[in-house]
Amino acid sequence: MRVTLLPQNRTITFPKRMSVASLLNKLDLLPGTVMVIRDAALLTDDEVIQLDDEIEVRSVISGGL
Amino acid sequence: MKCKRCRARAEIQLRSHNAGFCRPCFVMYFQRQVERTIHKHKMFTSDEPILVAVSGGKDSLALWDVLIALGYQTEGLYLALGIGEYSSDSQCKTEAFADSHDIPLRIVQLAEEAVTVPIAAQFTNRVPCAACGMMKRHFFDQAAIDAGFTVLATGHNLDDEAARLLGNVLHWQTEYLAREKPVLEPSHPQFVRKVRPLYRLSELESAAYAFFRGIDYVIEECPNSVGATQLIYKEMLNRLEVNMPGTKLTFVQDFLRSAQPAFAGPDKSPPQTCSECGMPSFATVCSFCRLQQEVERKRGRMPASQS
Repeated sequence: MRVTLLPQNRTITFPKRMSVASLLNKLDLLPGTVMVIRDAALLTDDEVIQLDDEIEVRSVISGGL
Repeated sequence: MKCKRCRARAEIQLRSHNAGFCRPCFVMYFQRQVERTIHKHKMFTSDEPILVAVSGGKDSLALWDVLIALGYQTEGLYLALGIGEYSSDSQCKTEAFADSHDIPLRIVQLAEEAVTVPIAAQFTNRVPCAACGMMKRHFFDQAAIDAGFTVLATGHNLDDEAARLLGNVLHWQTEYLAREKPVLEPSHPQFVRKVRPLYRLSELESAAYAFFRGIDYVIEECPNSVGATQLIYKEMLNRLEVNMPGTKLTFVQDFLRSAQPAFAGPDKSPPQTCSECGMPSFATVCSFCRLQQEVERKRGRMPASQS
């Protein structure tokens, strides 16, 4: 699966299928801090991502000061 | 995961509510939450025109979208901060949103009105976020007053409020804690009422709402926010939230219910009027005018090529 991280615009490929929760764990991302998007739909942590899926992991955190 | 309301496939999981929602049910939930917050805190009525401060980001555009959907009479206010490509991109997206809803957008160009954020930071040794915050506060009130609005709505979300609260508690900033509430009534004729209708909704919720509604918002972060203290507080709070869902909401709600009144107390001396610009000030000259004067003074000392 190909995973694109935004806003960094970095792409990572993983060689096996896994759940969204596992993906976030591998990327060292906390649940609730990103949206995981496949085919213009959001995925919850229990969804399984297949090998041929294109995934966008978009940060929701913003801030200053 | 199934939607809590209709049992369709959920697209978003809200751990703090122990619930999942499908797209249509989440949009309905989000709009209802905003409406309840507006009514509960008597933020404004349906007769009052509202000026919505918009940055092109997910929170402010989500807020504007909800207020439009709920039938409120709104106009947008965008401050062009002069932060390179980030500012031009965010202005484009804000203008596109306003055009698509056929709703007026007021644009204040800081480069024409005063100084841009990068220039202010460069010449005053302030961190850019501090200069930016100060200028936003000044121009939000000034633009609202000039245009005849009495209410200004901002897109501060639960994560913003929890991070700010944590920072103020860690440093026992009692004056800031006294003013930390979702509705700030004006304490000077040149102030307007400031309201935060998203304060109970998390960053994930406002991002998901913007995504579901097809709002084209700026995904890139402001380049000046790298390493910002607020982001450190947000990360700590998100780590707590993973282990104890609902922590952020409880922290903010219980503060407002139980602790905030203890800090509020009787009103201290109200602001005076700035001798330079006529806006509220706690000194003879307001901090915004002092910042401008400092920039002009230091620019005057620099060779023309560097200023």
